[in-house]
Amino acid sequence: MIRAQLSKQLRDAEGKMYLQVDLAIEKGERVALFGPSGAGKTSTLRMLAGLMEPDAGFIEAHGVCWYDSKTKVRLKPGKRNIGFVFQDFALFPNMTVLENLRFAQGGTKNGPSISELLEVMELGALQHRLPGVLSGGQQQRVAVARALVTEPDMLMLDEPLSALDNDTRSRLQDYLRQVQGQFGTTLLFISHDIGELYQLAQRVLVMERGLIIKEGTPEQVFLGAMPHDTQDEFTVTGVLLKKEFNMEGNFTITIASQSRLQTFVVHQEWVAEIEVGDQIQFSAVLSDPKIMKIS
Amino acid sequence: MTWEPLLLTFKLAAVTTGILMLIGTPLAYGLAYGRFRGKPVVEALVSMPLVLPPTVLGFYFLLAFSPQNLFGQWLNDAIGLRLVFSFTGLVLASVIYSLPFMVQPLQSGFQGLSNSLREAAQLMGKSRWETLIHVLLPNMKASVLTGIVLSFAHTVGEFGVVLMIGGSIPGQTKVASIAIYEQVEAMNYEAANLYSGVLFAITFFILLLVYTVNGQFLKRRGI
Repeated sequence: MIRAQLSKQLRDAEGKMYLQVDLAIEKGERVALFGPSGAGKTSTLRMLAGLMEPDAGFIEAHGVCWYDSKTKVRLKPGKRNIGFVFQDFALFPNMTVLENLRFAQGGTKNGPSISELLEVMELGALQHRLPGVLSGGQQQRVAVARALVTEPDMLMLDEPLSALDNDTRSRLQDYLRQVQGQFGTTLLFISHDIGELYQLAQRVLVMERGLIIKEGTPEQVFLGAMPHDTQDEFTVTGVLLKKEFNMEGNFTITIASQSRLQTFVVHQEWVAEIEVGDQIQFSAVLSDPKIMKIS
Repeated sequence: MTWEPLLLTFKLAAVTTGILMLIGTPLAYGLAYGRFRGKPVVEALVSMPLVLPPTVLGFYFLLAFSPQNLFGQWLNDAIGLRLVFSFTGLVLASVIYSLPFMVQPLQSGFQGLSNSLREAAQLMGKSRWETLIHVLLPNMKASVLTGIVLSFAHTVGEFGVVLMIGGSIPGQTKVASIAIYEQVEAMNYEAANLYSGVLFAITFFILLLVYTVNGQFLKRRGI
């Protein structure tokens, strides 16, 4: 069980922000931090890991004080027994996969064996490669394996799966669940992906502007109160790729939105002012759709 | 004509570069990652030799090391160290003179590494020393190499400082650049030409080697 009450003044795009979190995580629990970027998720993770010093507060884990601003206790990050997967993975480029794991393991003998981890993460064939030649998904697996090699009490992942394609991502989610179940590690991770939260998290802490504004199971958090605009309005933002006049006197338009192409049939007047290549936002509220040019 | 000045030049450059690696690495580390009040002052001091005429440095070294002055006298009396017109003095002056050429590449090398590498090592419970040796330095080999080569080359090219505090004692302080100058003064162009030619060729091949190796190294890493 980890309990923490932390506060820190941070700077964000809009100026000063006051981060104030109060959280408790049970041993073996899978918890996710969710929220817009700049909400303080990464800072929270970094403070728990000891990579960032809070202004005030305390962290207590398994009856041991990790940090206390009053008594000036500050346990070094290396003594907290945390496995951390960085957003950029932080694999040591000069070491092969195997060497990365060996270096991380150091003198500790009681963790899972390296060969076992390589097998679970399907890294056996890659163990003598340097990280620089691995794909994003492979690097990710190495980073997770390396974080687990010391048998940490807690595994922290900072938006680990954000840069991966859907296939790789869901395979890694399976890996993580499998590994977490096998080693009984507490899991605390940041994610922007609601699907991922459903897959992995037992509990979601929603953060906004430095505060935890809501918490609960993924269902409670995301189904209970869907934001208004996703229920009776849909919005597509992206680049207009194609605009074709069709038989019925309407236009068929194709929009590239993030990584998807979407096609709609719209009234010709709506798109009279809009040209191919424009950045547009297309929204429709029930039977009252409209398109506006946004740049 | 003797090979002594050339050998002395490369000996001076090698010793200087060796000492600079030992001093420059912690200094560059501190400047790259440290947050302390006097940092701009230290940075300015380290970079001074880049802009100051070597004769200015040489002049102050001469004043400081001279046995007629307090510091020089103390060195002479207390440790029997005489820094003017001696090889040891040349080494000390060269270390200061070439300091920025070692510190600046290393500092930008450290700064170019992702912070998460250091943090990852920290979370594994590695000491700063272990992190430096196993993680940081091996991943900035190009910067280390640049620092070594620039310091070496800059020391080989030294003239003004040596002229001021070294003089021209054969086998002690008479380096190639001084020898060339003296041969030209004596209208002995043949010897000057030989020294210059050898220096020219050797420095060219050192630099060529470095850029070739560096290029291959970067290519192999896919950078």
